Amino acid sequence: MSAELVVFFISAVVAVCGALMMIVQRNPVASVLYLILSLVAQAVCYIQLGGLFLGAILVIVYAGAIMVLFLFVIMLLNLRGGEELGKPMNAISLFTKFTIPTLMLVELLFVIKESFASMTGSNGADALSDGFGSVAEVAKLMFTRYLYPFELTGVLLLIAIVGAVVLAKSEDSQPTAEGEN
Amino acid sequence: MLEMIIVSSVQVMMVVGATLFCCAYSTWLERKVLGRLQHRLGPTYAGPYGLLQPMADGLKFMFKEDIVPDNVERTTYFLAPIVSFVPALLSFAVIPFSPGFELFGYKFTGVISDINIGILWIFAVTSLGVYGIILAGWSSGSKYSLLGGIRASAQMISYELGYGLSIIGVILIANTLSMTELVAKQASDSILFFENWYILQQPLGFLLYIVCAVAETNRAPFDLPEAESELVSGYMTEYSSMRFSTFFVGEYANMLAVSCVGATLFLGGWGGPAFLSFVPPVIWFVLKVFLFMFFYIWLRATFPRLRYDQLMRFGWLVLFPLALANTMITGLIVLW
Repeated sequence: MSAELVVFFISAVVAVCGALMMIVQRNPVASVLYLILSLVAQAVCYIQLGGLFLGAILVIVYAGAIMVLFLFVIMLLNLRGGEELGKPMNAISLFTKFTIPTLMLVELLFVIKESFASMTGSNGADALSDGFGSVAEVAKLMFTRYLYPFELTGVLLLIAIVGAVVLAKSEDSQPTAEGEN
Repeated sequence: MLEMIIVSSVQVMMVVGATLFCCAYSTWLERKVLGRLQHRLGPTYAGPYGLLQPMADGLKFMFKEDIVPDNVERTTYFLAPIVSFVPALLSFAVIPFSPGFELFGYKFTGVISDINIGILWIFAVTSLGVYGIILAGWSSGSKYSLLGGIRASAQMISYELGYGLSIIGVILIANTLSMTELVAKQASDSILFFENWYILQQPLGFLLYIVCAVAETNRAPFDLPEAESELVSGYMTEYSSMRFSTFFVGEYANMLAVSCVGATLFLGGWGGPAFLSFVPPVIWFVLKVFLFMFFYIWLRATFPRLRYDQLMRFGWLVLFPLALANTMITGLIVLW
């Protein structure tokens, strides 16, 4: 077993276990910590696959910025361990709780099937071009082949930011020193 | 293979040892310089010029009783100092200290790991350092600690944006993310050895970097998370003995790390004047880092602490737009 395979197995197991632990924890802070662990393990997976840039960005954006915001909110609300389970679910939440995971599961199975199909066709290694995963390659794809999805995602995020500002302003009209994220 | 393992481990040990040594003596430097700036002498009793003071402090910390309050979240409470210290140390892995040298027949590269996304690595690991502070504040079960932790997280999220954007200008000009290449591109053989330093092409970027770096490391005048006059000691209030000293050393390691990054990005790294080529390059690097550290201490002695709303307003309404403008203008010039 090569060193790369060992690294892959360790980081994959840590990522999956971290995600599982995140769901089963009662304490919200512990959940956030397990999610960070899972994200860092995923970054190791990416780096081990040659996606250095993707791995670094995953840690900077998700583990370093978004999860800090999560923790910040949890601390502001001062949620301590052993939160009681919420009220019995109403129809809408029941519907979303089962539909979205089912859709995602179907999507995941589809992706797995596709990747198995492509793996049996070739040995998978020749699919990687030179400089795969480098900043230049990622940027080239982003601004040529995937330009429209990329720009659309940007617009979507902008809408979300404007919406967040509107919601925050309408709550109470007094000006605050803190900015929006 | 064996030689590679030996060389890497020796290099790692050298870097970690030098970092810890510098952390210890940064405390001495800070006390000495602060003392002089305030018309005092600073430490004088332990050894000549108080040079043994860091050892005395270290021993004192070791022999103090480790007091753990009753209502702490134990796991996160014990984890927090380590989480704040380790990322600071990790960022030294990609900083080039010298162009490479030979010792006892082994070739050393002068940098532990020369990955081609060196800067991103530094930003990735330093962005994890904030968890130490947040977790310490949250798990201590004390309102001073919690307030310190909340302040720290808000401050670090706000200044991380400006911090990240301030170096984009340098990356755009240099067209690389590798730390060793950045140093190589700033080298010059002429008598004006500093002509290629990015501080000359990116003066605004440098200014933004310094300000954001001070805020990121929670130093005066941005040390709101541990403001003694209002929060006792902020997120460190409930820590004692070695756990407290881990936070303390972590803060100095963070200062050293941002100083090293600043020296590499803006001041030419280990590059020095060509006519003084007999001086080992690592000396120039240490000198530049020393300049940054001295600047830190100087700032602390000069400016009063900002108010919290001033700090937030400054970060979002001054630093962030300036950094964006700097990025856009640099991008336009590079394209042109």
